Amino acid sequence: MSATEHTGADNGTIRFLLDDNVHEVTDVAPTTTVLNYLREYLQRTGTKEGCAEGDCGACTVVVAEPDTQGVRFRSINSCIQFLPTLNGKALYTVESLKKISNGGLHPVQQAMVDCHGSQCGFCTPGFVMSLFALYRNSAAPTRDEIDDALSGNLCRCTGYQPIIRAARRMYDYGQDLVDEAELGRRLDKIRPGESLELSVENSSRVEVRDRYFAPAGLSELADLLVRHPGATILAGGTDIGLWFTKEYRDLPVIIYIGQVGDLDYIDETADRLEIGAAVSLTDAFAVLDKYYPDLFEIMRRFASPPIRNAGTLCGNIANGSPIGDTMPALISLGAVLVLRRGSQVRELPLDEFYPGYRETALQESEFVQAVQVPLRRGAGVHFRSYKIAKRYDQDISAVCGAYYLRLESGVVADARICYGGMAAVPQRARQCEDSLRGRHWDQATVEAAIKAMVEDYQPLTDMRATSGYRRRVAGNLLKRFYLETTGVETSVWAQHG
Amino acid sequence: MADKQDNLAVGKALPHESAHLHVSGEAGYVDDQPEPRGLLYAAIGCSDRAHARIRHIDFSAVRAAPGVVEIISAGDIPGANNHGPVIADDPVFADGLVEYVGQSVFAVLADTANNARKAARMARIDYEELPAILDIDSAVAQGSFVLPSQTIERGQPDQAIAGASHQLQGRLRVGGQDHFYLEGQIAVAYPREDGATLVHVSTQHPTEVQHLVAAALGKSSKDVVVECRRMGGGFGGKETTPALFAVIAAVAAHRTGRPVKLRVDRDADMMITGKRHGFRIDYKAGFDARGLIRGIDLELASDCGRSTDLSGPINVRAMFHSDNCYFLEHVRITSHRCKTHKASNVAFRGFGGPQGMMGIENVIDEIARYLDKDPLDVRKINFYGKNDSNVTPYGMTVEDNIIHELVDELEIKSGYRERRRQVDEFNDSGGILKRGIALTPVKFGISFTATFYNQAGALLHVYRDGSIMLNHGGTEMGQGLYTKVSQVIAEEFQVDRDRIKCTAANTGKVPNTSATAASSGSDLNGMAARAAAVVIKRRMAEFAAQHYGAPLEQVRFTRAGVQAGRELIDFAELANQAYLARISLSSTGYYRTPKINYDQETLSGRPFFYFAYGAAVSEVVLDTLTGEHRILRTDILHDAGESLNPAIDMGQVEGGYLQGVGWLTGEELWWDPQGTLMTHSPSTYKIPACSDWPRECNVELVDWGRNREETIYRSKAVGEPPLMLAISVYHALKDAIAALGGVRARPVLSAPATPEQVLNSIGNLSGQKPGTANGKRRAAA
Repeated sequence: MSATEHTGADNGTIRFLLDDNVHEVTDVAPTTTVLNYLREYLQRTGTKEGCAEGDCGACTVVVAEPDTQGVRFRSINSCIQFLPTLNGKALYTVESLKKISNGGLHPVQQAMVDCHGSQCGFCTPGFVMSLFALYRNSAAPTRDEIDDALSGNLCRCTGYQPIIRAARRMYDYGQDLVDEAELGRRLDKIRPGESLELSVENSSRVEVRDRYFAPAGLSELADLLVRHPGATILAGGTDIGLWFTKEYRDLPVIIYIGQVGDLDYIDETADRLEIGAAVSLTDAFAVLDKYYPDLFEIMRRFASPPIRNAGTLCGNIANGSPIGDTMPALISLGAVLVLRRGSQVRELPLDEFYPGYRETALQESEFVQAVQVPLRRGAGVHFRSYKIAKRYDQDISAVCGAYYLRLESGVVADARICYGGMAAVPQRARQCEDSLRGRHWDQATVEAAIKAMVEDYQPLTDMRATSGYRRRVAGNLLKRFYLETTGVETSVWAQHG
Repeated sequence: MADKQDNLAVGKALPHESAHLHVSGEAGYVDDQPEPRGLLYAAIGCSDRAHARIRHIDFSAVRAAPGVVEIISAGDIPGANNHGPVIADDPVFADGLVEYVGQSVFAVLADTANNARKAARMARIDYEELPAILDIDSAVAQGSFVLPSQTIERGQPDQAIAGASHQLQGRLRVGGQDHFYLEGQIAVAYPREDGATLVHVSTQHPTEVQHLVAAALGKSSKDVVVECRRMGGGFGGKETTPALFAVIAAVAAHRTGRPVKLRVDRDADMMITGKRHGFRIDYKAGFDARGLIRGIDLELASDCGRSTDLSGPINVRAMFHSDNCYFLEHVRITSHRCKTHKASNVAFRGFGGPQGMMGIENVIDEIARYLDKDPLDVRKINFYGKNDSNVTPYGMTVEDNIIHELVDELEIKSGYRERRRQVDEFNDSGGILKRGIALTPVKFGISFTATFYNQAGALLHVYRDGSIMLNHGGTEMGQGLYTKVSQVIAEEFQVDRDRIKCTAANTGKVPNTSATAASSGSDLNGMAARAAAVVIKRRMAEFAAQHYGAPLEQVRFTRAGVQAGRELIDFAELANQAYLARISLSSTGYYRTPKINYDQETLSGRPFFYFAYGAAVSEVVLDTLTGEHRILRTDILHDAGESLNPAIDMGQVEGGYLQGVGWLTGEELWWDPQGTLMTHSPSTYKIPACSDWPRECNVELVDWGRNREETIYRSKAVGEPPLMLAISVYHALKDAIAALGGVRARPVLSAPATPEQVLNSIGNLSGQKPGTANGKRRAAA
């Protein structure tokens, strides 16, 4: 389709499909969440607020957008998603489902009724929407896939059993009326060909206007950041959303990178993978999984599908949290960042990106353009990553460890060990690594390395764990790594009764 | 299940009456109602100190904040500054003294919720800090209590312990639990003419809200109407707690003359509201070589938080469940109700019962490990007898004991003995993973211990078109009460359920209601509603007999219509005819629970109408390197009597079980050293997720269940008892930990058994006593 056929988004107008109709919005604050827009502006109150931080899933909605295979349907948390990011997409809420089911209950909804999947009903619309995404994306999900699909939805009443049953049975009720080809055509008609810019009066700060930019091109993005050095760079918004909903922060200038086509790419070469800044965690993990299946636990336990669908891998990195779950693994794999400021591009090992707590090496107006992950895995290389938290799904690590080891004739030739949750930043265990290098890879070496690790970290005590537990487990995880290289079964998650 | 084939509605696995609304997002909760003209939004300004005197509050920044309309604090309450249900010790707004982080100090009213919440953070409060008591140990040491301690004693416990062939003592710590209802606390107050107020609030106890709102406004009950159609979960957290939010909204509405909505966000909700009581349980026990308990002394100390709330009856219920299924002949149970500078703890599914049960189950487990016996065998020999050894420490005879047959059935169905052997084999084979298995029973007393609460009212209208409006004092929080009571009415009239609409609980329709709590909803309201139906049926039958010339005993309500002699009349037709003949088609119904009596002073009598029973077997695996664990399989057998609705009862069993698993394994409340709760949202407070439901979980209701007491269709209450089935998971974890300690190892495991607590427990084993990891474990039963 040529550019002239785009009706595109006009400057200042957010345009998306709602129940297959083009829905246009002007003059709302850019930080208006999708949830609040639905409930307060449209009186579509089926979607609920349970936590306003993307952790309970009562607010789950589904967004459809074009992809290489046609149209993809993905669940997101509407409570932390800013409305302008829907520009050019199709939104489905729980109210939409009857409309794609001839006015009756959708197969997902009917299965939930027949399986007694609701009690108090408050979480139910969110479950229905996560199930709807599963229904569209999978034909016969396993229990693991159901658990994963629902890992971002909390139910306090049912114990989940009837919902799991509904997830299996929903395919028995036939097809809904979604016509993906037609949807694709409609989406094409509202595809944003141009940049979106909003400027809205802020009701809580007199005579101030909130500004929102969604540039379409990379150089435009770089220029905007030079012009607005203090701007908030928004990608998935899975953390920034909370600045607004939890901290009531003002975000006077937001620059959204999700519309920059040049950042939505994954480049695979023989020796490295380059993942652009607009690539969602879901898509990044799908390709990482091909090369590093050992990352499974980290990827599977990373938040939930709605968060992984919205959040980006580069966002997780740039956010600089000491407990971000991808960084220990990426650091131990030797990942490199591509940073850009204006037209200047530089590369920096991820290992050198975090000078201090919540600090990054980014200079003014500089942003993360991509991350490169090396793919060389010669003989004798072992790699694992583990996450320890109170809950298997959708929890933040108490400790997250990643282990890269290269053995030559049973001797440690190289070791990169990195932990999250042990220091103010994701940090290599240098003393531990030093004690390993040149030693025979055996139990005595591991015990000595664990002792050496004491010098590497002074972990904190907080609500997730005490410092003593963190220390002990960090050492024990190295032990687990060792045992796994010798073929011992160590994971409770792999055990079946 | 007894034969229910002939029933129209009762005993059928019908879907929840709102299921089709839940799944389509059409079920309306308080926040979903269209917002009225002039609505103001309230936000609460909270204390950030655990214990302090307020010297001065500077509101200037709050007042200047955008959108702010009004600020209200203690001095602005026209009547009583209290939301405490039993004792007036819960100020709505702190009046000079704050006693926990999160305590309400003032409220801001603004044009948007966001503006109100932003402004509420801007007050500058000048505090004079006072020493804070933040845990049970300090409270006991300093004699800080909200209520006097109480003791139940029978026989000569000290002598019996001393005279027994073995003695043990120990201490168990059990944490609290946040309710984490998905719908947070919310109230909307509408000023009405002549000083009246209408309150829409998410509450299990509309009548109590009505009373407290009236008292705060200086009005009487007639001036306040409280309504609740449904809650997005309650679990006890909406029994007394909603009154705080309703009173603030009502006072604000009264002051401004405008409707006011107060919806707290998740963090504020968790900071402000009370939780399940954490307990410390000390025991001394004397027992014989078989493990039979000869004498026992249990000392319970609970964290009540800053005020009394329902801590009295909650702790009494903990004492009353410190026996669980076991006959304790010589027994002393002491209960301390500690005052700490934390949110005042409140009702939560089980209401103290689960903590009491944890205490005695711990003792049984300790005895079994000490004697190197299978804990199941020690449990069994201590069970209450059927005809003797059947009187509880509080003097009630256990007349309906079915725990023997229930446990026997579960033991066989679950393959417990064989699996016990396999678990031991697995553990003896080395490796860093260990398995554990445990079977634990539940006996739970049904009735409010406060006898006067055991009453209910209903209001029933039959309209001329044969449709039926049902209303009762019970509230719907997802438990399926409206569904079950509608089934009772459908059965009475022999009409389809879709003829019946159960309408919102409303203090103007049914007065003086009890909280929907203590698992009593269906027992009480089902009976009250049936009583109303019986009245209307009798009137309709008398009319039909007279109108169609049939003897009264030949008038029957059937599925096809009302049979009067040889005439078959459509139900709607008869309703219309009765109306035209000027017959009243509306009635109230009333019920009070028989047989119960209980002396609050001596803590003795028959507090419970009957007991509900259940048992569960759980098997777990844990990682001895990290303490991580998962449930491999659970088997449950639960007694719901003759179930009114097996689908709904299964939902209560499954959901209650997993909620209990959360309490005992993952849901950790963590306060910083200043007394600030740091686990105040789902990112830090982890309730079970979907993957926590065991891969294999076999749940059954006993198919021979029947309440020996005359309850509604011989059903049994099912709301709370299943929560305690999760104790099997806790004991399976202990069993797995014990495998590391060798013969007779007795792990000490604090609940919740987070990975860290499990690792601590493993670490403490080595200091306990040396054992041989591969030594022969456990003598044959």
